[in-house]
Amino acid sequence: MSATASPYGPKAEAGPPGLAAKLLGFCEELRGEGVAVGTSEILDAFAALEQVPWESQDDFREALAATIAKSQEDRRLFELLFERWFFRAAEAEAIERGAGEGAEGERHEAAGRLDIEELREQIRRAIVEGNDGEMRDLARLAIAAFGREGEGSGVVGVDVQRIRRTLELTAGTQPRQGEATDGAAERPPIDREQLNRFERHLRRELERDLIERTETLPPSRPLAELDRALPTSPTQDLAAVHRAVSQMKRRLATLGHEQRGRKRAQTVDVRRTMRASLETGGVPMHLRYRPKRPRRPEIYVLCDVSTSVTSASVFFLSVLHALHDSFRKLRSFVFIERISEVTEIFEHERDFTAIAKRVSSEGGVADVSGYTDYGRVWLEFLAEISEDLDPRSTVIVLGDARTNGREPHAEVFAQVAERAGRLFWLNPEPKLYWNYGDSVMAAYERHCDGAFECWTTRHLENFVNVVAGGVPAAE
Amino acid sequence: MAQAQAPESVAETRQALAAASYLADEPAALVSFLAQRLGKPILVEGPAGVGKTELAKALSRASGRELVRLQCYEGLDEAKALYEWNYRKQLLRIQAGGESGWEDVHGDIFSEEFLLERPLMQAIASAEPVVLLIDEIDKTDQEFEAMLLELLSDFQITIPELGQVAASSMPVVVLTSNNSRELTEALKRRCLYLWLDYPELEREMEIVRLHAPDLPEALARRLVEVVRMVRELDLKKPPSIAETIDWARTLLLMGAEDIDRETFEQSMSIIVKHRTDIDLVAERVGMRLSAPTGG
Repeated sequence: MSATASPYGPKAEAGPPGLAAKLLGFCEELRGEGVAVGTSEILDAFAALEQVPWESQDDFREALAATIAKSQEDRRLFELLFERWFFRAAEAEAIERGAGEGAEGERHEAAGRLDIEELREQIRRAIVEGNDGEMRDLARLAIAAFGREGEGSGVVGVDVQRIRRTLELTAGTQPRQGEATDGAAERPPIDREQLNRFERHLRRELERDLIERTETLPPSRPLAELDRALPTSPTQDLAAVHRAVSQMKRRLATLGHEQRGRKRAQTVDVRRTMRASLETGGVPMHLRYRPKRPRRPEIYVLCDVSTSVTSASVFFLSVLHALHDSFRKLRSFVFIERISEVTEIFEHERDFTAIAKRVSSEGGVADVSGYTDYGRVWLEFLAEISEDLDPRSTVIVLGDARTNGREPHAEVFAQVAERAGRLFWLNPEPKLYWNYGDSVMAAYERHCDGAFECWTTRHLENFVNVVAGGVPAAE
Repeated sequence: MAQAQAPESVAETRQALAAASYLADEPAALVSFLAQRLGKPILVEGPAGVGKTELAKALSRASGRELVRLQCYEGLDEAKALYEWNYRKQLLRIQAGGESGWEDVHGDIFSEEFLLERPLMQAIASAEPVVLLIDEIDKTDQEFEAMLLELLSDFQITIPELGQVAASSMPVVVLTSNNSRELTEALKRRCLYLWLDYPELEREMEIVRLHAPDLPEALARRLVEVVRMVRELDLKKPPSIAETIDWARTLLLMGAEDIDRETFEQSMSIIVKHRTDIDLVAERVGMRLSAPTGG
C-alpha cells in the first residue's frame, strides 16, 4: 500500500502509479455512482487481495466484489464500473509509457496467412466453448484480418456488426445451404448470450485499437441516468420496473420494523408476566409486554389506465403487482370512465404480461370515449366501497386528475377522503403541470393527506416513506 | 485462541467443499476461502433453495468443525440467541448456602456456572473452533442485528454481570438472508458478501449427478433443462436445487427413461408446490414436452 493511500485518493489518470491508487480511484468512482463504500470496506478489500493470486482476473474481481459490493444492486454497478475502470486504467498506463502492441506486425502476418474459413471455424468453436481468453485472441485476429479494410467506420458499434457479419455469425442454429454434406451442418448452435460475449470482446479490442491509434482516452462519463431511472414507456424493459419495485418492497418491509422498534406497545402480556414472576418468587417485578405487530394497513389502490397516462400505467400496474405481494389486505381498482375491481386478477395471476392483458380485456372500464371521468368514478367508488372504508384504511389514487372537462365532483371525493383514514394521490405529471388545462388537481389535493408527483424511483421512495409512517422528505 | 488450520488456496477450499458433496462455483469458493483466511463473517443472499444453508453445512463438514446453528425468526431475543441466567439454579444456590454471606452468594450466582449458553455464546465459548450458521437473518428485527454487531466484528459478547467474554476460538460465521428486507449497512459492512443464484446448467448437472449418481447423463441433462424452463416462468415459488435432486431421485424410482408429457405431469408436484403455479407450469412447460409416444 502506498503512503498516500487516503480514502479520497486521486484519480488514476493523474495519480501515482501502483495498485493502491488505482483501487482507491475505483472506490471513489463507485461512491460517485452512489455505492456506499466505507473506509473499513477498502481496508477489507486490501486484506482480501493479499490472500488471492492476482493473475486470475476472476479471483481479483470476486475478492473485490465480496468486500465492496454488499447488495445485488451494488454488485450490478460494480460490474459496470469494474470493466470500465480497470480497462481505462490499464490503457492510461500504456499511453503514459508509450507502450504499444509490439506484436502488431506479427499479428497482421498471422492473419494474412490464416485461412478465413479456418478462422471462422476457430471462432465458432471458441464461442461455443465459452473460453474467454481464446475469444479475446481470436477477436484480435479477426480485427486484424477484416477490421483494417478502409480503417473501419470509426464507430465501434458499426465495426462490431460488420465484422460479425463477415464472420457469418448468427445466433441460433447454423443452417448453411449447399454445405450440408460435408459435416458443416452438425455445428453446434450458438447461443445469443455466447454471441454477445464475443461481441463484447470485439468491442473491447476495437476500443483498445482506437485508443492506441489516437493515443487519447475517450472522456469518462457517469453512468447514464437510463440505467437507474424509472422506465416509463411500455417498450422499456419490464424487468427494470420490477427491479425498482422489488427494491421498494424490501424497503417497505424494513420500514414496518423500524416503526415497531421506536414505539413499543404497552399492552401487558399477563401470561408471560406470570412466568417471569417465577424468577422473583411469584412477585411480578418485571412486566412483560405484548409486542406490537408491524402495521399492515388496509390499502385501496385506484389506478387510472386511460390513454392520457399510458406511459405511466405500465409502471403503476407493476407497482400494484408488487404491493399485492407486500400487503395482505389490499384491494385494487382500475378506472377510466368507470371503476372496476381487479384484486382477483392480481391474486390469481403471477405473470405480469398476463395481468396487463386481463386488466385491459376484463376490466371493462372504458365505456365509449376512453376518456377519464373522475366524477363518475368517485360516485361509483363511494356507492360500492364506502361501507368497507374505515379509519384504518388507506386509499391511494394513481392518476393525472385530468377530467377532460367533465364534472370533477370534488365533494364526493371529499366524502371518500373523510371515511378513509388516509388518502394519497400519486400524479405521474410534474407539479409544474398540475392545474393547467383540464387538470383539476387543486380541487382534489386539499382533501388528500398528501399529493405527490411520481415518475422516478426517488419520488416513489419518498411516498413509500410516508405510507410506512416516516416523515416526508422536504421538497 | 485456538485457530483451526486455514486453507492455503482457493482451489483447496473448492476441493474440500466438493469432498463434502458441495459443488461451489468460483465466487462461493473464493468467499469461503477469504472468510477462513481473514476471519470475517460471510453474508449469503439469494433466492430460496440455492444452497445457502447447505454452504454452511458443507463448510462445517469440509473443515471438520462442529456446526452451531441459530435459526432466526420474528421476535428472537438475546435470551434465546446469546445467554440466559439459570435462575432456578441461582435460587437453589441461594437457598442451599444459607449461612454464607451476601458477598459470597452475589459473586457466586453470577458466575459462568449459572449461565445457560445459547447458540451464539456456545459458538464463541467452544474450545474447538466451530462453524456458526445464523440462518435467515432477515426474519429478525433490526434490534437483533444491532446486537450481533459486537459478536461479528470483535468475536466477543458483553454480559453486564461478567464483563466481556472474548471468543476462545474463532468461529467461521455464515449469515443467510432471503432478501425479504434490506439488512442494515452496519451489518453488511462487517461481512463478506456473497450472492448465490441458481447454478449454470453444467453445474446443476454436476450437482444432480453427484446426488443421484445412477441417473443416466442424458436424462439428467433433460431434467435440468426442464427445471430451468420452469424457473424462467414467473412462479410464486420457483423450484430449488434440493427439489431438482428430489425430482431426479423420483424419476429414478419411477424408472423413467425420458421426460415426456406424461411423466412430467405425474411427477411435477415434486418441483412445483403451489396450485396456481401448477396450472401455469402445466400449461407452459407441459405443452412443450413431447407426447409419450413421440421421440
